[in-house]
Amino acid sequence: MQSPAPQTTRESTLSHLLPAVLFTIVSVIGLGIVYPVVIWLIGIAIFPYQANGSLIKDGDKIVGSVLVGQTFKKPQYFHGHPSAAGKDGYDPTNTGGTNLGPTSKKLIDSVAAAVVALKKDNPDATGPIPSELVTSSASGIDPDITPEGAYYQIPRVAKARGVSPDAVRAIVDAHVRGRTFGILGEPRVNVVELNRALDATKGG
Amino acid sequence: MTLIGWLQSALFFALVCAAVVPVGAFMYRVYEGERTWLAPVLGPLERLVYRLCRIDPSREMSWVTYAFALMAFHVIGFIWLYGLLVTQQWLPLNPQHFANLAPDLAFNTAVSFLTNTNWQFYSGENALSYLVQMAGLAWHNFVSAAAGMCVAIALIRGIVRTDKSTLGNFWADLTRGTLYIFLPIAFVGALFLLWQGVPQNFSAYTDTVSMEGAKISIPQGPMASQEVIKELGTNGGGFVNANSAATFENPTPFSNLAELWLILVIGAALTYTFGKYARDQRQGWALFAAMTIMFAGSLATCYYFEAQPNPLMAAHGVTINFEGLETRFGVAASTLWAVVTTITSCGAVNAMHDSFNPIAGLVPMANIQTGEVIFGGVGAGMYGMLLFVVLTVFIAGLMVGRTPEYLGKKIEGTQVKLAMLGALVFAVFPLIPAAIAVVLPAGLNAMNNSGPHGFSEVLYMTTSWTGNNGSAFAGIGSNLFTNLLGGVTMFGGRFAEMIPVLALAGSLAGKRAVPFSSGTFKTTTALFVALLIGVVVLVGLLTFLPADSLGPIVEHLLMQNGKTF
Repeated sequence: MQSPAPQTTRESTLSHLLPAVLFTIVSVIGLGIVYPVVIWLIGIAIFPYQANGSLIKDGDKIVGSVLVGQTFKKPQYFHGHPSAAGKDGYDPTNTGGTNLGPTSKKLIDSVAAAVVALKKDNPDATGPIPSELVTSSASGIDPDITPEGAYYQIPRVAKARGVSPDAVRAIVDAHVRGRTFGILGEPRVNVVELNRALDATKGG
Repeated sequence: MTLIGWLQSALFFALVCAAVVPVGAFMYRVYEGERTWLAPVLGPLERLVYRLCRIDPSREMSWVTYAFALMAFHVIGFIWLYGLLVTQQWLPLNPQHFANLAPDLAFNTAVSFLTNTNWQFYSGENALSYLVQMAGLAWHNFVSAAAGMCVAIALIRGIVRTDKSTLGNFWADLTRGTLYIFLPIAFVGALFLLWQGVPQNFSAYTDTVSMEGAKISIPQGPMASQEVIKELGTNGGGFVNANSAATFENPTPFSNLAELWLILVIGAALTYTFGKYARDQRQGWALFAAMTIMFAGSLATCYYFEAQPNPLMAAHGVTINFEGLETRFGVAASTLWAVVTTITSCGAVNAMHDSFNPIAGLVPMANIQTGEVIFGGVGAGMYGMLLFVVLTVFIAGLMVGRTPEYLGKKIEGTQVKLAMLGALVFAVFPLIPAAIAVVLPAGLNAMNNSGPHGFSEVLYMTTSWTGNNGSAFAGIGSNLFTNLLGGVTMFGGRFAEMIPVLALAGSLAGKRAVPFSSGTFKTTTALFVALLIGVVVLVGLLTFLPADSLGPIVEHLLMQNGKTF
């Protein structure tokens, strides 16, 4: 069948503005409003915990989120991946990294200082320095450290809590998450969950 | 480098390959207006859109008309987003009471999302309302991606059509792509990401107190619905500043795999769609092979150099450059992402490229410098690669002294000029603004690092703008100068390439096909693939070698000698 001849080659821009305006209105309503609302409705129906930000609750009280790491400085807590988010670190409304390059003097100096501080805080630690304990994360809210990063801190945490390193190690081991399907990502420990577990066993 | 790290990349690429044929064939049916299995659900919706928007999908357009429609749509899209950004404080769904954006930042942001760049000089979690995020940014994520697909399909039609000189109907292509390709995958993907932990709600931020007594405010919002289209449309604009490095957007290694797949799947599958149009699947596979080879080389380089210790840190006993990485991803998943996000025009990040070792940081930049044709942004990668194909057959024609042809169409002076014009955009737009930025105080003040790395930040920025990528050496700062320069460069990078592409399509459409003869240079052979890679590397990369030498390359050498800045 012969296809119809093209109606016109050149038209004024104006004749395209009407469909442009109409398509914008229709698609903003559909894709910009209806679509996210439908995802939200399905989300709160089948994954309410995730849809609302994976919040951690003590009874009715919200005490954090498994998605968001926190600043830990006390010796009885495991310390996390240093954060450049916000003024004091771990500010989830100011996510981001240091963005310092590999030859930045500021970066190398801060890593050197962090290594000194880490060794001072963990005099009984053995093994190589876990890199994530002396460098800043990309997000500034990284909730995880590596299992090696946790094992490194066990002597200090155990001493500060007056419990045996083996008891602490058992709690760490219970919180190690391996690679997904054995190959995706890296093994890790969620520091907030780990520290809460430690607090929960304190009296017991 | 570890075996497990490579297995992760292999699994990812296998999953992409598995989708190439079904998704590619499906996209062909969509753009040819054939009935698909989604028609019972989406067919009525499609016809409703046509009726409401007064679109006659059967009306064919010449390339000029097609380009006019495209530009008219983008003008309205710009006005809409700019308007939202400078009025958000008076509009609903703003529980954190964020103020209106300054005009220069709103201009930069509106152009950024319009052009599929998603460069971000703002931090979403402390600057933008939920309404702006979903009805402004996420909406642009859908339609700018669909518009990129339109241009690719128009060029493909131009190459293969011999019976008419028109390229299809822009509005129909835009509607079909959005409804049948982006929306269904986004719908399923959003629910997957929700399951993995990406929030989706309209609540105010959750205020609470940390275990050591610090106040924290946990961001909320409609993130899952936006996250999925951010990847699928190779947009890359994060809901929060840290993008897919943040747990909100990318909580687990499994979500990471899914997001990577979403970034690459359409660009990869388009090669198969192209084969369907060409009535010769080998034509599509040849492009796929060239892209895969360049992808593998890029990944190996990035992974290798990032897995090496930074000698400056190693002096203090730190053996992995973990700066700017997330624990759950580590080196392997972070470098895989850095490569995938820059061979496409995505630009989402799951690690801070600014803190990568110098050569590992050069790889993402170099990927964008090739013109993002290694799979590439949705649509944009395909039409970019076809420009290189035109140049390749031209060069091959010069070698053997014959008029070059591609898929039976003679490639003559007009076509080569238009292809060269489109390819030159990738040299002119990054290099001239970078040169301007490094001689002006406003450009120098925007740098976060000094020495060669500071220059790298500027070069990465203008490269990313031109490629409509959106990833960054993110230390670079926002000011009036960078906001305006960015807006202009992103606009040029998008449309100074798109318009020559449509003109090329128009000049090819309706051309009589010449019969295949023994002298025709075959575009399905290993020789062609090798030549195509050579042209991409020569035309794309070599242009940038002098500039790259002043940045990451010299930084690498200085780092080995223990120099800091």
